Amino acid sequence: MHPILGTIIQRLLLGLVTLFFVSLIIFSSVEFLPGDFTQAILGQAATEDTVAAFRAELGLDKPAYIRYFDWIGAVAQGDLGYSFSGRSASGVDRSRAVVDLVAPRLGNTLFLAGMAAIVSVPLALVLGITAALYRNSFYDRSVNAVTLTTISFPEFFLAYLLILFFASLWPVFPSLANVNAETELIDRIYKCILPALTLTLVIVAHMMRMTRAAIINLLASPYIEMSQLKGLSKAKVIMRHALPNAWAPIATVIAFNLAYLVVGVVVVEVVFVYPGIGQLMVDAVTTRDIPVVQACALIFATTYILLNLTADIIGIVTNPRLLHPR
Amino acid sequence: MSTKHGKKGDILLEMKDIRIDGFSDERWHKIIKGIDLTLHRGEVMGLIGESGAGKSTLGLASMGFTKPGCKITSGSVVFDGKDLVTASEDEKRSLWGTRIAYVAQSAAASFNPAHRLLNQTVEASLNQNLQSRDLAEADARDLYKQLQLPEPENIGDRYPHQVSGGQLQRMMTAMAMSPRPDLIIFDEPTTALDVTTQVEVLVAMRSIVEKFNTAALYITHDLAVVAQMADVIKVLRYGKEVEEADTRKMLKSPKEEYTKSLWSVRALEKAEAPSDDIILSINNVDAAYNGSLKVLHDVNIKIPRGRTVAVVGESGSGKSTTARVITGLLPPMVGNVEFNDGALPAELKDRTKDQLQRIQMIYQSADTAMNPRQTIAEIIGRPLEFYHGLSGLQKQERILELLKMIELDESFYDRFPSELSGGQKQRVCIARALAADPEIIICDEVTSALDQIVQEGILKLLLNLQKEYNITYLFITHDIAVVNAISDEIVVMYQGAVIEQGLKSEIMSPPHPEYTQLLLNSVPEMDPDWLTKLVKSR
Amino acid sequence: MTDTPQAYSAAAEIGQIRERRTWIQIAKIELKKAPYSAWFGLIVIAIYLFVAIFAPLLAPHGEAEIFPASFAPWGGDFVFGTDQIGRDIFSRLIYGARNTIGIALATTLLSFAIGGSLGLIAAISGGWLDQLLSRFVDVLMAIPGLIFALMLLTIFGSSILSLIMIIAVLDSTRVFRLTRSVSVSVVVMDYVEAAKLRGEKLGWIMRREILPNIMPPLIAEFGLRFSFVFLTIAALSFLGLGIQPPTADWGSMVRDNASMIQFAKYDLTAALTPMIPAGAIALLTVAVNFVVDWFLHITSGLNDEH
Repeated sequence: MHPILGTIIQRLLLGLVTLFFVSLIIFSSVEFLPGDFTQAILGQAATEDTVAAFRAELGLDKPAYIRYFDWIGAVAQGDLGYSFSGRSASGVDRSRAVVDLVAPRLGNTLFLAGMAAIVSVPLALVLGITAALYRNSFYDRSVNAVTLTTISFPEFFLAYLLILFFASLWPVFPSLANVNAETELIDRIYKCILPALTLTLVIVAHMMRMTRAAIINLLASPYIEMSQLKGLSKAKVIMRHALPNAWAPIATVIAFNLAYLVVGVVVVEVVFVYPGIGQLMVDAVTTRDIPVVQACALIFATTYILLNLTADIIGIVTNPRLLHPR
Repeated sequence: MSTKHGKKGDILLEMKDIRIDGFSDERWHKIIKGIDLTLHRGEVMGLIGESGAGKSTLGLASMGFTKPGCKITSGSVVFDGKDLVTASEDEKRSLWGTRIAYVAQSAAASFNPAHRLLNQTVEASLNQNLQSRDLAEADARDLYKQLQLPEPENIGDRYPHQVSGGQLQRMMTAMAMSPRPDLIIFDEPTTALDVTTQVEVLVAMRSIVEKFNTAALYITHDLAVVAQMADVIKVLRYGKEVEEADTRKMLKSPKEEYTKSLWSVRALEKAEAPSDDIILSINNVDAAYNGSLKVLHDVNIKIPRGRTVAVVGESGSGKSTTARVITGLLPPMVGNVEFNDGALPAELKDRTKDQLQRIQMIYQSADTAMNPRQTIAEIIGRPLEFYHGLSGLQKQERILELLKMIELDESFYDRFPSELSGGQKQRVCIARALAADPEIIICDEVTSALDQIVQEGILKLLLNLQKEYNITYLFITHDIAVVNAISDEIVVMYQGAVIEQGLKSEIMSPPHPEYTQLLLNSVPEMDPDWLTKLVKSR
Repeated sequence: MTDTPQAYSAAAEIGQIRERRTWIQIAKIELKKAPYSAWFGLIVIAIYLFVAIFAPLLAPHGEAEIFPASFAPWGGDFVFGTDQIGRDIFSRLIYGARNTIGIALATTLLSFAIGGSLGLIAAISGGWLDQLLSRFVDVLMAIPGLIFALMLLTIFGSSILSLIMIIAVLDSTRVFRLTRSVSVSVVVMDYVEAAKLRGEKLGWIMRREILPNIMPPLIAEFGLRFSFVFLTIAALSFLGLGIQPPTADWGSMVRDNASMIQFAKYDLTAALTPMIPAGAIALLTVAVNFVVDWFLHITSGLNDEH
């Protein structure tokens, strides 16, 4: 077996272990709830029987570790439990399966994040690489100044600025991104333009700065100087000598920023009232709907871990020292 | 294939009144202050100087290249009739790599980790379409063979991290030679190598440069090395030329005081004095890091009081590990260290303040041995306070006394290390060791980061201090010249074991054990024929 | 100056020379050379601090004082009008400076106390303790900060105390990593080894050899972490999960008045009302970033980024 496979498997296992601990943390959040939270959810009028039934449904009569394995086993099969909302003191249960709440919204969020990513990743890479190549030029300085300012802005400030100009003063785009399952693709894109633009602005700024730093670091390597002294043209120096060594740092930058996108999406969805998973989570936090919060947190954390894992693996498979061991 | 554009003896490179500025600390500094240089076809010129002399900058400038943050402000660099200062980037690029090639100090960093060595070797030739890939690769394999690289047919298929440092350095020479340039710039190509490796690389480089009659600029700080490689030597200092002469003439009768002083450290020699009064002995020590691979095997060393024992060896010989065992940083697996007839506790934390005070240490790099945020007074004052309880005026006066002992004036009292030169920093480290009032000082390569003249000053200071205060030194070094200058006894170490220990005169005269022989043979001498003789004697 | 002859020595004189180049002097020299962006940042921060400290004296009305006129226009008694339940926006902006900055500052300090000390301990002790702490932090950092904060807020509820505690703990992971990595690079220095060989106690080594050398990157990080914490708290408040009414806070002020943006065409000042607290948040972060940029530049000299 190629030793690189071993390294990758090791990394994957590490990712799995991390995921296990993360799920453990997310699961144990329930343990910190006050003992009478079932009463609080069902309302003061709840009878002892309904409370007991609810507690039994949650498995509170079982020890924690058994509940964890029940929970994680169900999650693995796509069952995220039932929402706390819709319960009533009388015992009538109108609660919905968390999966049914999450699934359509997850699609929406991925659509929005994807839209932002498709624009921002290439844009940021081009800006970052050119800024690094023309370092300290007027272009570099201005791009730097603009991005330093943009990353200092809270997402909602950018969002409302865009709304103010493009939805209110000059109404070309809608300020509410109210899509649903029936919305046509074109219409969906149109409605998502402002939220996607907000995300793009934030991500591009971060990503461009990180790309620039990574490339500058790379260009300072002695082997780059050596390739110049071999008489290679600038294009060849970049293509042949810089690029093959740039995959790992660039992958890290992209993964880091896509992970950032995942978080940025929460605020942006709230501003534009976009029916995504971030919006759902914020609502669930407000109503203290633990199963939904847990599901959302698990989804966000998994995405985050997967992104970083991908970057690591790209770094491993493009590393000549690992590809061609002694 | 003929890339020779003229015959031997013609002027190939002519630099006139070249001046280069570098930007640092928010302003421009003069690095090269007007240097003329003439190099003929097939001639090898040695550029020699200490750090800050501007020799590397000048070497790169001969290609019309400056590092980022540097610029050529005036003068001309005429290579084969073309001024590279005014030439366009395209014109320069057409010369670089094909007619002028560069060999860098750090081969490991200068090869692209992502490409096979063969591809990098022939890259410059192919870039200018000098020959077909097949021919170029066949030629490269031939060069590998001439440079005595192992498996010349296949070694090019490896990646840079898959070959050793000495091989990589020869590989870079092959890369430079591949397009048969008229001129090669060697920028300290053997500085990072061990002496026994260095010899092999020097032999390989010299023979191939001679064979193809290539002109070269050989940049180094090591006189003995340049004596083997160069026809002409140019001495530089502070960005100016000190003098230039034929190698033999320069070695025999240097004109300038500065040049003579470069020679003098080699002449330093301590008269050995035998002694049986052992102050510290290392007995049957085995040691390993983290319980893994053993790095010391049954090491026995005896150090007589008031004398200097030099521990010689190449990297990986275990000489620094021995120091760590003595100081208690690395407790031995087996064996012990006796000090003044009593066994020292193996662990640092079990030693008394008194024991700690009597054994002091000086490091190779004074830069990292001093806290950059403390003043010199704080650095020297701490042991005074810690071991001897001095404070206030008493402490201040003792600090000033110590400064005098290391030949620095009192204006250094409140300076920070960053305001000192390399030699001054090392002196402060000596003062810190002295402040403890030690019986033995372990000196770990204390002169190897310093320029020759500064080395001499430090060695003389150490000798004087020994005479005056009867201090014992354990002197770890890889430099035979330094061993001559300072030691009474010598310990030769190789791969974690002691090869031999004895008086300097005994160790230095034959018969030698095999490794000692190799080590002594590998140390370049000032004789320009040394390398030639060595090759012949094989 | 009354020097007794006895006390006079070269050392004392040199002591005086040393007196002359304290860090205040160095700061003055650096300030003279500082770029406009740094000056801008410093002045903005000074103004914010002034407003935060003297809020009760500067604000024309009370923090939670309710007037009968809700959504009053700009001008007159209410500089920026009133909000949906008739509180003076200008006064709440001023109190908001105090609350928002104060809470962010307290959080950052706590986060440095936790992350900094643990990072230092991990770096110095090494071994299993270092491994344990580092792996634990890795796991915590595998959950996005804002998401983790949301989850914890669900459990512990949105009080100012829990807000500070939660964000500080989550943010301390980053402080831990930085402190650990810069400390590790200092711990391997020969001067630390020299101090150990001298027989110095761990506390002394930490205080005198390590701390002074890790301070510059940590100070810069403090600025960056403050901006980050400040933005996180603003975001949480904006989501309605951070600082709770009636405490005035910029994030929730944006949320409360956001609907007025749609009236921009009819009354621009009304639309600007939610933009003012949002802009106030942005301006402070920009200012802090400018100052940090400048600080990094003068302390690292060459380093281009980070």
